Order: sequence, then C-alpha cells, then structure tokens
Amino acid sequence: MDFWAWLILITKVLAVFLLFAIGAMPLVLLERWILGRMQSRYGPHRVGWRGTLQTAADGLKLGIKEDMIPGESDKGVYWFAPVMMVMPALAAWAIVPFGPEVEMGRTIGLWIADLNVGILYFLAMGSLGVYGVVMSGWSSNSKYAHLGALRSSAQVISYELVMGLAVLAVIIYAGSLSLIDIVNAQAGLWFIVPQLIGFLLFVFAAVAETNRAPFDLPEAESELVAGFHVEYSGMRWAFFFMAEYANMLLMSAIVATLFLGGWRGWTIPGLEALTGVIWFLLKCGVFMFGFFLLRATQPRFRYDQLMNFCWKILIPIGVVNLLIAAGLRMAWS
Amino acid sequence: MADNLETTVAFWYLAIAAVGAGGLMLVARNPVHSAISLVIVIFHVAGLFVILGAGFLAVAQIAIYAGAIVVLFLFTLMMLDMRRLPEERVTHRQIWLGIPLGILLAIEGVVVSVGTPEISESIKGTFPPATVSELGGSTQALAVALFNDFTLPFLGASVLLTAATIGAIVLARRVEAHEQADFPQAASGSPANETAAEADTAEPALEESAR
Repeated sequence: MDFWAWLILITKVLAVFLLFAIGAMPLVLLERWILGRMQSRYGPHRVGWRGTLQTAADGLKLGIKEDMIPGESDKGVYWFAPVMMVMPALAAWAIVPFGPEVEMGRTIGLWIADLNVGILYFLAMGSLGVYGVVMSGWSSNSKYAHLGALRSSAQVISYELVMGLAVLAVIIYAGSLSLIDIVNAQAGLWFIVPQLIGFLLFVFAAVAETNRAPFDLPEAESELVAGFHVEYSGMRWAFFFMAEYANMLLMSAIVATLFLGGWRGWTIPGLEALTGVIWFLLKCGVFMFGFFLLRATQPRFRYDQLMNFCWKILIPIGVVNLLIAAGLRMAWS
Repeated sequence: MADNLETTVAFWYLAIAAVGAGGLMLVARNPVHSAISLVIVIFHVAGLFVILGAGFLAVAQIAIYAGAIVVLFLFTLMMLDMRRLPEERVTHRQIWLGIPLGILLAIEGVVVSVGTPEISESIKGTFPPATVSELGGSTQALAVALFNDFTLPFLGASVLLTAATIGAIVLARRVEAHEQADFPQAASGSPANETAAEADTAEPALEESAR
C-alpha cells in the first residue's frame, strides 16, 4: 500500500466513526420527538430551538457526571464491559457498502473493506456484542443486572440463529458472501421480492439482537429497572447508549444491503455522484423509523413468549424458507 | 516469514497478545476472567488466520468459538456465585511432572524447527496457496473440500454431532424432571400457561445443581 492508499483508508475510517459521533445525536433527538408525537406529548422542546440542543445538553451532563463503580463489583471487567459493547458495533461497519465505486483521481469504493466473507464477518461481530452485556451484568454484582444479562445472552444466542438462516437464504440467491457482490446481484430484482419471508425473519431477529422494544426484555424498565447496565452512570452508561444506536444503524444498513438493493436506486438528476449514498441512507432511515415506530406502539413480550416465538415459529420457518430457496436455486441453474 | 512490514508487525502483535492472554487464562483465579482471556486468545488467533489468507476460518473461529461456545461457558459460570468459591491455588499438584515435560516439548519444538530448513512441496498438503487462489479463495477451497472430496465424512460428522446434541438434551431433561419433583408448583404448570414466575422458580434449582 502506498501513501495515498493509506490516507484514503484512514479518511474512510474517520468518516464512518464521525458518522456515529455526530450522527447519533440527531437520531436520539429524532427518536424522542417521534415518540413524543406518537404519545400525544411534546417531547424535548426546551433546550435550543424546539429542543434541538437537548442531546448536546444530555451529552454534556453525562460527561461531567460522577462515574460510580459499585463496591462489590469486579472492577476490571466492569471497566471493560462498555468497551466490549461499542467495539463490535463499530467494527462491523468496516464491511458496509455506502455506495458504488466513485472516480476521484483513482477509483475509490465507498466502503472500508470488501471482505470476501463480509456477511459472515457481520454475523461474527454481532455474536461478539453479547459479551458486553454478559460482562456488565456479571461484574455489576446486582440482581437486576444479572437477570438482564442472563436474559439477554439467551435471547441474543437464540435470535442469532434466525438471523443466520435468513442471511443464508440471501447468500444462496446471491452466490457470494461479499456484501458488494450481494448488492450487485440485486441489479435486476431486490431480494425482498423473492425473499419476503427471509426479510421478515431478519427484521424480527434484528430487533431482538439490538434489544429494542418489543424484545427489550434485557432492560425491561418496569421489572429489571434497566437490566444489565443498571449500575452504570456517566460516560460509561453513555457507551451502552451509543452501542445501542450503532447497532440499530448497523442493522438498518445490513437490511438495506441484503434485501433492498443497498445503494441501488433511480439516478437523481444533478446529484449523480451522490445518488448511491443518498439511496442507501434513505433506506437506512426507513428502518430507523421502523425501530422508533415499534418502540412507540408495541407492548413488551413476555420472556417465555419470546423464546417460544423464536424456537417454535421463526426457526422452523427459517429452515423451510432456506430449503425452498436452495431448491429454487437448484432448479434455475 | 512475512511478506512486508505491516504483516510482520501484525504477526508479532497478534502472536505475543495471544500467548500472553493464554498465560492469563491459565493463572487467573476467577473462572470468568479465564473465560474472557480465552476470548482474547481466540480473537488474536483469528487475526493470525487473516494474515495467512484464511478469512473464512478467521470469521468462523470468532463466530463459533467466541460467539457461541465461550458465551455458553460464561452463561454457565454466571450461574455460579463467584464470591463464594474458595480461593484455589494457582499451581497444580502435578506441576513437578508438568515442568520437565514442558521443557522436553520446547526442546523438541526447537529441534524440529531448526532441523527442517524449508517446508518442502511434499508436506504442503492438498491445498497450497496456488490451488486455493485457483479455486477463487479460501471459502471456495473449503467448500470443495467439504462438499466434493469429503462429503461422506462431513455427513458422518454432522450425524454424530446431531446425535450427541440429542443425547445431551435427553440427559439434561431427565435431571430436570427429577428436580421438578421437589418444586410441585413448577412441575404442575402445563406448557400452555407457562408464566414468567415459573421461569423464576426454575432458576434457583439450576443454580443449586451448578454448585
């Protein structure tokens, strides 16, 4: 790699990182506005114009808040758990294709890395996310945190299978594990059409994996106070919050890539260079709104319902769907 | 061993970190710390696989070992109350046998690596790098090996693993039924009206059996 290749790589990494550091703030605000509107109340409206500075104020508050560590906790693990939460959520972004290749002196792909095992890398990083939950729950030495972590690890391990089955069906259609190839394979037809069932399975699994309502049992405010991160405060707590948003965004991006044709869409006149990125972000936005909508409208599942839903309904459907996809693929070729 | 500077730096970092974390895993008194060290080892060994151009193996290592197996270890360990475990001594009683054997193995390793100047064509195996790139990557090479050359052993292994899983479930269920006799309210609940309370009563039972 020469100097320019390094420079381009570092720029890409910084750009994706900044997308979180800056991009998460308006999203939090947007979620609170939307939730407020759906629940017939204002939402944040005091700080700044119509509450636009609310997230910045909250961030400042979290930054200067005392960092409490429970007395009987396991300090090292307690300290490391938030890092373990954020790291896989950010690392998985390395393979997300934001747009097609663009010409800027040299050909630059709008992704950090085109791994030939890209989608498996995403699944691997997703399975690492559970460590943050387990470590924080165990090291806090608190009943609520412990119960939340136990619930979460069982839930995430179970729903990972559903996600894997849905992804496998897409891989069978695309014939590749690389996300770039998967997007290119959807040139004629988005995979949501032949794989509607796989799409629905993936969306269920994505909501469960990110521990969002209606599958937010690990944090269930009304029974577990806040679940696995109940003992955390200040910036460490903010890390959990950031990881949740990074994961939601990541899931939206992967759904858009696997089922909605990624950056593909009609060319926007006047913005040819940015067409791919705009379409990609729009598709992500639709799913982010879906996450907010679910949270505002759906009651929480009971734990046994959650497990039954996964093992007795979703996984059998996923296996049958996979068999049908493989059969169709065999019939074509 | 390495092609360029980046690979060399990455190799030494990954190798030293993997061995270091492996040592931590052995000497940690707390089983949870051991499990976390094991994850770090797995992660760095996966990095070594990436350097060797085996991306699929690296990702599978993280997804299966770190993502599934060690999570289950942790899941089980969390059921134990760590602070009530007696402080075990770090060294084992068989250390006097272990140290000479370890030294012997180290000598053997040095002798073998010094005695074999170059890896010859004959011991490179069925899939040297040239064949792998010809097939289109390590994922494709693995697929060819598993689904063309070794289909029958692969299917045999799958059947064995399925049988082992079913066996484990059967064994575990029998213990559970025996324990439920001690908890009449848990045993009488029919599957149709399972409640969250029932799941709670099952948890102390699990914890007790783990102790």
